[in-house]
Amino acid sequence: MTDRIKAWLRAKAPAVLLPVGTTVLAFAIGGLVVALTGHNPFEAYKAIFDGTGLNYLLPWTSAEDKDFAALNLQQTLILTTPLMLTALAVALPFKCGMFNIGGQGQYVVGIVASIIVGTHFAGLSQPVHLTLAVVAAALAGAVWGGIAGAMKAAVGAHEVISTIMLNWIAIYGAQYLFELNGPLQGPLRDVPQSSEVADSAKLPAIWGVLQPLHAGIFLALAALVVYHILINRTVFGYEVRAVGHNSEAARYGGIGVSRSYIATLAIGGAFAGLAGSCDVLGWEFHIVTNDIAVSQIGFIGIAVALLGRNEAVGIAFAALLFGGLQVGTSPRALDPTIFPPQLAGNLAIIIQGLIILFVGAQLLLVYAWRARRGRRAEAPPTTTLIEPTGA
Amino acid sequence: MTALDRIPRGARGVAILGIIVGLIGLELALPPLQVQAAAIPIVLGLAALACAIWAISRDERKLGLWTLFVAIVATAFAIWVQDQNDTSTSLVVNSGLFAATLVYATPLAYAALGGIFSERSGVVNIGLEGMMLTGAFFGIWGTVWSGHWEVGLVVAMVSGAVVALVHAVFSIHLRADQIVTGTAINFLALGITGYAFIDIYGSNGTPPSIDSVPNVNLPGVDSIPGIGGVFGSLNLMIWIVFALLILTEVILFRTPIGLRIRSVGEHPRAADTVGIPVYRVRYVCVILSGILAALGGAYLSVGFVGSFGQNMTAGRGFIALAAVIFGKWRPYGAFGACLLFGFANGLADRLQSVAGVSPNLLATLPYVLTLIALVGLVGRSRPPAADGQPYVKG
Repeated sequence: MTDRIKAWLRAKAPAVLLPVGTTVLAFAIGGLVVALTGHNPFEAYKAIFDGTGLNYLLPWTSAEDKDFAALNLQQTLILTTPLMLTALAVALPFKCGMFNIGGQGQYVVGIVASIIVGTHFAGLSQPVHLTLAVVAAALAGAVWGGIAGAMKAAVGAHEVISTIMLNWIAIYGAQYLFELNGPLQGPLRDVPQSSEVADSAKLPAIWGVLQPLHAGIFLALAALVVYHILINRTVFGYEVRAVGHNSEAARYGGIGVSRSYIATLAIGGAFAGLAGSCDVLGWEFHIVTNDIAVSQIGFIGIAVALLGRNEAVGIAFAALLFGGLQVGTSPRALDPTIFPPQLAGNLAIIIQGLIILFVGAQLLLVYAWRARRGRRAEAPPTTTLIEPTGA
Repeated sequence: MTALDRIPRGARGVAILGIIVGLIGLELALPPLQVQAAAIPIVLGLAALACAIWAISRDERKLGLWTLFVAIVATAFAIWVQDQNDTSTSLVVNSGLFAATLVYATPLAYAALGGIFSERSGVVNIGLEGMMLTGAFFGIWGTVWSGHWEVGLVVAMVSGAVVALVHAVFSIHLRADQIVTGTAINFLALGITGYAFIDIYGSNGTPPSIDSVPNVNLPGVDSIPGIGGVFGSLNLMIWIVFALLILTEVILFRTPIGLRIRSVGEHPRAADTVGIPVYRVRYVCVILSGILAALGGAYLSVGFVGSFGQNMTAGRGFIALAAVIFGKWRPYGAFGACLLFGFANGLADRLQSVAGVSPNLLATLPYVLTLIALVGLVGRSRPPAADGQPYVKG
């Protein structure tokens, strides 16, 4: 029995230790930056941690502190929700050997679709209206991702380039819709923002009063489960992974490679679109053009997926980490007397960059380690996370 | 099928399409014209310009130049008519518009030339944005610190080289995924410049008056009507980018060094076999791309605006990437695309809320055109064969 546990641990340990090690290293370097600029890194990180509201879960937090921590934790979970979904938008195409950088654009078209449906059809009952608004966002995201998939399948256009282009088309296109005199601008003539979505299209609140946590988090968790089953327990998932490992072999084996490209990018896009609907129907309720310009949810999703090793459980924890980091460094949660939030926000971006950088290279460390142990007979270490497609 | 077969294929077809689109634009711009409708001829003119750049960068020179001629006439006429009809705006089509085109195109052109070097050697560089931003910040920092813009530019180049070195080490030696590394570079540059900016300058921002890159005044030229307003007093860094453009074209396509770079990007194994040091070539090219992109960023901060703001490049690195692809990884083609994107940008500024052309909508133009270039039935943009693939020494 203990042998079996040991074997299980040995098999699973790298999957836990590597991301944890990466995170620790990134935070350590971030702490060095904090120290070099004359602040105490331990105090700064403590303040950021308290800002995340995660101290709510600690048994020694006093009751008064808990009230305040609850407010922060609600914000952290509100941000964790879309991050889980935009990470899935990266993870699923990853399994198929593609890198979807288009999560941001797919998230934005999801927002637009939810706004359009949510601000119209005011007479509908809540279940119907809410479902419509959510489904519209998923469909919009699926179309945006599917375009890149279709372009890859039809003419071999590299999905990285096409999704980058689609991102900016979505970002500027959405700003056009809600800008002053834009076609979807809300009732306030001097404010470049949309109308507010009808109450019947809002996601129900589940925890808190001020800006409560909404039911979208269940949607995100359900998406994680769906993703896990889809990849590991279905024929579709098998085919996707086969294409991801070796598209030529998969084609030879009779798997529809083009279909896999289109389907994974479309489903990935649908996840990102859902993220947009969660934000707009869960707590924002309307969108200002500047929100679209500065939003980073889709881009952070890349870091979440990489750190979570494209697995459902990993993504959930990584999303909580980055959601917490966003909230903990925000001006409204971080104590400015300990560490200025303006610096902290940038520190968060540095840490995200470091994590992405190290995850990209860490695979290599594993391979190098294995190679040194005399397993050179295995295939040469290809450290590309995605299949090099060339065209 | 037979009818389809008669349509001219290849870049020639695009050139002819451009001429037709341009002529339609001209026709629509003729009176009687509604003020609101003026947007359509302008958009058609831009489309014709895009066709011309497409055709020329795909070796359809002769017909392409005719397309360019028609497109310029059509666009200029459309803008001029727009101007005549709307008395509420000052003259839109003047030398200022073309000067603005160059101002907008210059940072893109620096980064695009950098991107061409990197990708021609087989290293995808989506970190151009981050490298530009790094150059923009450290250019200002060096200028403020020393009091001289020359020092600022050198500091910017060094900073860009350092960031590019990170990209190079991870993607060449460590063989990490180049897209992942590039994404990380963009995050890191955004965070580091933002952090340093707040830490050094606080919320007041960079000092109000800094030593900025001077304009080059050409005493003879600025009195020539038309041209004088554009070229009479251009920023030094715009002239430098012209020189770098020609230099890049010559190096890449007229010298043995360029042949080596391109062979490393197309078939590193073959290049290695004949003794070309694949890693060294890639290192040099990636670092060069960082230096050039940083200069583009420094032009924004030291050369043009005279200050720095967080995330001030705001996606220009990605527009440069789009220009590289639209121009089919060739210097002149990419530069043409930069000019087109810069022109659209300058036009958007002037036509804001006048002709019914939203600046946000016009801002999507580079990306839409690049998407078309990626799927185009003719002359589709194809990257160098080994672009993005790490090379394992045999």
